[in-house]
Amino acid sequence: MNRAGEERGCRGRLHWLAGVLLYGCALAAQAADADYYQVRVAAPYLELHTGPGRGYPVFYVVDRGELVDVVKRRTDWFLVRSARGKEGWVKRADMELTVSPEGAPTQFSEAGFGDFSRRRRELGVMAGDFEGANVMTTYAGYYLTRNLSAELQFSQVFGSYSNALSATVNVLAQPFPEWRLSPYFLLGTGVIRTNPNVTLVSEQDRNEQIAQAGIGARWYLTRRFILRAEYQNHVIFQNTDDNQEINEWKAGFAFFF
Amino acid sequence: MESRVCLFLLRPVLAPVLVVALGGCSWLHDREQPVYSDSEPVIKPEIERRTITEANIDSEDIEVGAFAGVMSIEDFGSNVVAGARFDYHVTEDFFVEGALGASRAGKTSYETLSGGSQLLTGSQRNLRYYNLSAGYNLLPGESFFGGKHAFNSAVYLMAGVGNTEFADESHFTVNAGAGYRFLVNDWVALHLDFKDHIFSSDLLGTSKTTHNLEATAGVSVFF
Repeated sequence: MNRAGEERGCRGRLHWLAGVLLYGCALAAQAADADYYQVRVAAPYLELHTGPGRGYPVFYVVDRGELVDVVKRRTDWFLVRSARGKEGWVKRADMELTVSPEGAPTQFSEAGFGDFSRRRRELGVMAGDFEGANVMTTYAGYYLTRNLSAELQFSQVFGSYSNALSATVNVLAQPFPEWRLSPYFLLGTGVIRTNPNVTLVSEQDRNEQIAQAGIGARWYLTRRFILRAEYQNHVIFQNTDDNQEINEWKAGFAFFF
Repeated sequence: MESRVCLFLLRPVLAPVLVVALGGCSWLHDREQPVYSDSEPVIKPEIERRTITEANIDSEDIEVGAFAGVMSIEDFGSNVVAGARFDYHVTEDFFVEGALGASRAGKTSYETLSGGSQLLTGSQRNLRYYNLSAGYNLLPGESFFGGKHAFNSAVYLMAGVGNTEFADESHFTVNAGAGYRFLVNDWVALHLDFKDHIFSSDLLGTSKTTHNLEATAGVSVFF
């Protein structure tokens, strides 16, 4: 190919590339526009706050009949963009007064108590007392049925003479899943690794089996949030043949989804 | 424009006055619905309210970030600390946070003065912590930069529990502190945090409660 042809080819490729880029940008812009949910203001006006909180001042009002884009949500506040490009935060109660572009009433979902009684997975943390020592626990649970769930608990125990790590598998039965304050019973087993404080005594780490029965309650707080408190009675099957009994009390919070 | 000014002025006025006044605003006049107080509508439209699912709207309650600063490890001097944080904003007031951090202890005064003696080996000087805290946005508001820029911000309080690994030991740790969150835009935040990590240690012979103060700056993004 001669030089002129090469230049032409290069320019052609550039044009092609620019075309693709422009087309890509146009597509992206279109996608960005199409991505936002639109609602129409049905109340006399819709107040836009400068921030997602009750104290932030109203700086703009969108008139009745205008369409707004719902850009995002943070807790119970929605960032909307008016047709004139003004962006501000609207509280959930006000958003419920809008309608869809076709005129149907809207309802902005909040994870409520209904979701609580139908929850399938739960993730949480607890802290408390493990026979005089401090304990921290993280756990993950899965609901096999509304009344029965399986759970993995990982705990770290901080004692004066030794620290310990434990991993247990538990089955939880909750007879009243529909109650806001819902009690449950727990049964499980696992392993505990005890690590004596090296500065005080020179002992080896011990791996032992642990089994527990417990009772507790979950209290639905708000949105996807629950408080939980429980008591567990553990038996550690010690390598030295005598069993050790441990009382554990702890409380914490969890998310469900 | 005029109608908006009209609305603004009327907002604080009592509801009955508002209705009368709105009647005066001609732009609204033709949109007013007739009120039938004495009879039920003949046909009751059964419109099912449409729930907008989470999938339609981007929900940004999660904040993930990194921080770095100075941590004063009691008896072991002030040292560089760095870490990561994960926040979930439950309501506009409350949030929960999980944080991880790491620092490296310096020398105690005794080690410096005595010349050669070492209390801890190299790897024992590593300090690592994790904690779970609850936070409360005590003073949400706006911060002004010059005359034209306003940024959302909040001063918050935090407290929680966690674990500090130091000198080959795990220490149950209580933390408490305060911070300042500055939102650059809708999804990027800058943080300044001051925290006290309190745990008991018997490293220097007797058991005592140590206060390990930490001052950090960080950046985070909302998801």
